[in-house]
Amino acid sequence: MGDHNPNLTSGASEADAPHSLVLRLGLDRPLAMDAGAKLAPLSIAYQTYGALNNAKTNAILVCHALTGDQHVANRNPVTGKDGWWETMVGPGKPIDTDRFFVICANVVGGCMGTTGPASTNPKTAAPYGLDLPLVTIADMVRAQAMLIDHLGIETLFCVAGGSMGGMQVLQWAASYPDRVYSALPIATSAKHSSQNIAFHEVGRQAIMADPDWRNGRYLAQGVNPAKGLAVARMAAHITYLSDSALQRRFGRKLQDRAERTFSFGADFQIESYLRHQGTIFVERFDPNSYLFMTRAMDYFDLAADYDGSLARAFKGSKTRFCVVSFTSDWLFPTSDSRALVHALNAGGASVSFVEIETDRGHDAFLLDVPDLIATTKGFIDAAARARGIEVRATASVS
Amino acid sequence: MVEPRTRVLDVGCGDGTLLRLLAERREVDGRGIEISQRGVNDCVAKGLSVIQGDADTDLADYPDDAFDYVILSQTLQATRQPRVVMEHMLRIGRRAIVSFPNFGHWRIRAQIAFNGRMPVTENLSHSWYDTPNIHFCTIRDFVILTRQIDARIETSIALDSLGHPLQVNLPWWAWNLFGEQAVFLLRRGLSNNSKGSKIN
Repeated sequence: MGDHNPNLTSGASEADAPHSLVLRLGLDRPLAMDAGAKLAPLSIAYQTYGALNNAKTNAILVCHALTGDQHVANRNPVTGKDGWWETMVGPGKPIDTDRFFVICANVVGGCMGTTGPASTNPKTAAPYGLDLPLVTIADMVRAQAMLIDHLGIETLFCVAGGSMGGMQVLQWAASYPDRVYSALPIATSAKHSSQNIAFHEVGRQAIMADPDWRNGRYLAQGVNPAKGLAVARMAAHITYLSDSALQRRFGRKLQDRAERTFSFGADFQIESYLRHQGTIFVERFDPNSYLFMTRAMDYFDLAADYDGSLARAFKGSKTRFCVVSFTSDWLFPTSDSRALVHALNAGGASVSFVEIETDRGHDAFLLDVPDLIATTKGFIDAAARARGIEVRATASVS
Repeated sequence: MVEPRTRVLDVGCGDGTLLRLLAERREVDGRGIEISQRGVNDCVAKGLSVIQGDADTDLADYPDDAFDYVILSQTLQATRQPRVVMEHMLRIGRRAIVSFPNFGHWRIRAQIAFNGRMPVTENLSHSWYDTPNIHFCTIRDFVILTRQIDARIETSIALDSLGHPLQVNLPWWAWNLFGEQAVFLLRRGLSNNSKGSKIN
């Protein structure tokens, strides 16, 4: 580290002064949260790409995953890297910014400018920390709906996202069926599994066991539970990959050494890789925000809000769904997607489903997987034709 | 056979050609199940609602009476449990349309009778060891199955090798001998049609 680009900002300052558009909602427009609290004032940091057409029919909302942010298709102001979904979003990509108006907002509880535990609580002039009410997926979606209202958009042409983003897609379709023309939930589930809650609990305990966590008040005390957050990230990162991909990439190869050192140093390449993943993560993410995000996913069980019937959540839905899973994803396995497709069918919804063959695990949704690109482009283009969205003539620029 | 503006499930819909045709010509609300990823991708790109799945395992997930028609085109002989698949089709749909190659066709009978070999024909081009078609039947076998699962035959057509329908007034044994393909429109209920009585 220490090779930071001086033009880039730290994660902490992004929480209050993000390099994004920000919608600021005052005390008169509080967010009603599942935890029973009303959150006000509320900031929603977001990015947009492309142009909204006159009929306002071409808006696509992209929902980000656990540690994602609103910088879906531009250079990230904290890491200096490309946007997190540039394989899917951009000119000529499936979510084509030449044709669609693309919106992505940082979720409530995040740390990139939307109100979260690292944001300053105006009542105390200190960061919220654990004083922020626990956030649910439905809370995130309610806040996004306030943003969509602000932008003057009645119906979104598509809501798309993977993993926790996919959960938001499903919540959108269930909560606002008339405002979602098409839905693209990828590598996700209508409820978080026991195994996934278990992995999240390991991550949270790692953060809370770090002496610098200070019951969540580390920002005010000028410390950072980076060790704990790095361990949480290392454990989680394993779940995003697959056994065969790890074997193919790392195997038992040693890191910059010919022999084992008979120590606890990072002898193996996989150890070095995981440590690196932990180290770069803590530079961009707030530990308390990690607690809030993982908890929101744990609490997600869409059927529970509909008397235990997932089919009822989508009953009579006119939304066109395209559900995508990956063969090697053991975090959100294909069986989760099939259960979702089953419920959509039972509810009479229009649904397509494809399981894509890849060994790249859960992370496949973020990667350049040709079958993912082809399927989603086909789905979105067909939906755009049905919606009457003009296809802009190509090759207008030479 | 398919009435306009109905709900149709095409089981084994391939690249979606039939579903698209039905959507354009009959304005049906069509859905599909297809086992191959290539086929599903082709369908999704056409704007069709198609699920990657297997007729043998996934039909059980569909609720009763979800469709007006469930179509199984040239796929029955490739299923592991044709009878179970047929029963699900009649449960999910008010009507079922099934087409299949007739293993009682004279060319096939001749190959076994005179060559003593498993038949390989223009339409059934696989060798016995690599064929996906594991449950062949004759037209007569199929009619007997419809009775066993309490399906009523509303319409039945046999096609010759050129794809022309055989004369309606021919007896069943002639259909079973000269029909290369058969298409049946079925619905739930007792089998009480006139053609059925000619078997036995």
